[in-house]
Amino acid sequence: MYFGLSEEQSFFKDNVKKYLEDNASLDQIRQIASGDEAHTSKEIHRGFLNLGISGLLIPEEFGGLGLDLLFAAVVSEGLGSCIGPVPYIAPYVMAPTAILAAGSQAQKEQYLTKIASNEIQIGVGFSEFIGSRNDAGLIFDNGILRGRAMFVLDAQTATHLLLADSLGQMFIVDAKSSSIEVITLTTVDKTRQYAEIICTDTPAEVLEQSSASQDHIVKAIEAGRIMLAADTLGASQTMIDQAVDYAKERKQFGRAIGSFQAVKHMCAEMVADLEPCYALVWHAAHCHEGSPDEAKLMACHAKAHISEMGKGIAKKATEVHGGMGFTDLLGLHYWFKRIGMNRQLLGSPELIREEAMKYQLQKK
Amino acid sequence: MDLEYGPEYIEFTAEVAKFCKQYQGLSFKDGPKTPFASSGASRGAEMHRSEWQKILIEKGYFARSVPKEYGGYGGAADMLKTRIIAAEFSKSKTPTPMGGQGIDMLVPTLLELGTEEQKQRYIQPTLHGEMIWCQGYSEPGAGSDLASLQTKGELINGEWVINGQKIWTSTAQFSQMCFCLVRTEPDAPKHAGISYLLIPMDTPGIEVRPLVDMTLKPGFNEVFFTDVKIPEGNIIGKRGEGWAVANATLGHERGSLAPPDATMSRLNMLIDLMKNETLDGQPLIEHPIYRDRLMQIQGKVLAQQSHGLRLLSAKLNPGTDVKIGKMIQKLTGTELRHELEGLAIDVMGEIGTLYEQSPHIKNDGTWQLTYMYFLGLIIGGGTSQIQKNIIAERGLGMPKEPKIQGA
Repeated sequence: MYFGLSEEQSFFKDNVKKYLEDNASLDQIRQIASGDEAHTSKEIHRGFLNLGISGLLIPEEFGGLGLDLLFAAVVSEGLGSCIGPVPYIAPYVMAPTAILAAGSQAQKEQYLTKIASNEIQIGVGFSEFIGSRNDAGLIFDNGILRGRAMFVLDAQTATHLLLADSLGQMFIVDAKSSSIEVITLTTVDKTRQYAEIICTDTPAEVLEQSSASQDHIVKAIEAGRIMLAADTLGASQTMIDQAVDYAKERKQFGRAIGSFQAVKHMCAEMVADLEPCYALVWHAAHCHEGSPDEAKLMACHAKAHISEMGKGIAKKATEVHGGMGFTDLLGLHYWFKRIGMNRQLLGSPELIREEAMKYQLQKK
Repeated sequence: MDLEYGPEYIEFTAEVAKFCKQYQGLSFKDGPKTPFASSGASRGAEMHRSEWQKILIEKGYFARSVPKEYGGYGGAADMLKTRIIAAEFSKSKTPTPMGGQGIDMLVPTLLELGTEEQKQRYIQPTLHGEMIWCQGYSEPGAGSDLASLQTKGELINGEWVINGQKIWTSTAQFSQMCFCLVRTEPDAPKHAGISYLLIPMDTPGIEVRPLVDMTLKPGFNEVFFTDVKIPEGNIIGKRGEGWAVANATLGHERGSLAPPDATMSRLNMLIDLMKNETLDGQPLIEHPIYRDRLMQIQGKVLAQQSHGLRLLSAKLNPGTDVKIGKMIQKLTGTELRHELEGLAIDVMGEIGTLYEQSPHIKNDGTWQLTYMYFLGLIIGGGTSQIQKNIIAERGLGMPKEPKIQGA
């Protein structure tokens, strides 16, 4: 019995972190955030893919590495800890998971092979299925997709989009088609891309099995949620580390502020909240493959629980920094916002807990 | 990641399950000796507790790694087997082996630091439940700052003469023995002036007064020592080494106060309760706010259970660093359990306030009792605030508060 990361997984995580620390400094992230460095962003993305990211989850028969979701989760944790400004969850986790689960053999050969070889990149928009807001909505009829999808992930740099309707059917469309309008949504999180997609009579290809069962889209969403949980895990750990370091250095009343219990207890609380989250994310990622009810429950709680813990940590870690935490000088707010964004994506905690309740009641 | 135990353990699980089935419904002629020892379901075989302890030792389900010559099973410590035993006993509601401070704290201390004669004399009767121990640590003036304790021990004519008072002494009223921290070197610095003494509770000069706690049960006692005389040899370690001796076992207590499996089984009880109890004709589990609170707790319990597996794995696979992971156990385990019990009370509303033998009470009143009991555990065994100091100072390396002169 061994519960934890393998040497290879730890190595993978360290590689991702090291790459980002060397190539995506806070200054570069600031440039990307201010919108004038699309070039830097592409460079970082290219180097990131050189680590073997695009083929991570794709089986070897389609040219990938065939690794499991725990590998993908540790990459996500690494990205979160360095607020990596690169597309990841949509193109390299959710899209391959969906295509593997619901694609025909021909679709798998066509798309998975090209994802692994970096020929295509697929953005993902499942918000219609997870919880449609206001007047959004996608209608599929006779090979044609019409309507609007919100908060589509990584659409701006994508060659293709994977969209879902409210029934959980999944469609692949050409992102560069003239019938597609990509509108950038400006969120608080400037480290990743979010878009609104408007389809005007867009030709769309259904992922073959997705009309027959919602299990496939659910599986892809679970994978995405576990990634978001891992991202928040990494981001929260960085915030705690920074707060602890700051509290050891900063002096007031003639002593390090970390010697005051009011401050050190906040640090201890953050650690006590976060530490069990590692095991929860690893466990959820490990269980994902088999996906019995227990795994579904685990994926829901990984996302919902870590969203709650992350929210508290983002607040406390900022407070430990006092006024400096509130400024742009330290850049702490990039982590704060990334955690805040992860919390809302692919279902807010309340929505996901309601799903968890349904799985719990289905359990025998 | 490999969550399989392996074939040897699958076989062992079946063996334990069979044993549990055989003794299902066992009850005791002499009742449970410690407040939270399970008495099991009734309508089965009846025996004395010590007989049960002996059966469990013989099978290797209890005192597994205690050497045979001291009354244990004499096997290698096996964390997975320990876990399987606990899980199977809990699943089948078979009475668990006795716990208590003698078994959980004194026996490991003796095995590590006791003399041969002490091991021979004390371990076997303790394991059999024939010698109950209480822990004489805290004093009215020495709680979180335990090392400031003042109960005095003087060596006069080859005997320790003890004067002072202890408090929060669970099970003192049933105990034959007390392991006690006493200041024997008044001139030494505070941590270096303490000795770890073993005091027979029937020695003249000992008075035990029950201390009723908020559950209205006499969970604790105050113990008064007036010129209590015990032999010079009733000491573990040397004079002045008592602090180190006590610390060898304190860590053990902290981990075991709120095991995740017990919390999970309470959560499942709460889910059943919410399926069965109704509000305006609707099961509580269908009430959107209550069910959201339930699911929030389930998230925490699952995280803690997975964390427990991570810690277990670290014990089986040396070299894994889980230092902070262990430090948070007492804090998070007791706080979560208190929160869970409190939710059960909230969902029941007024029904949740029923206590003792009231009509309409649910689950024998355990929700209120355990809600309060865990507030006690949040405070006892090192308060949550002390735990946070430990996590911050020893775990994160944060600076200590400046010392006040003379404290």
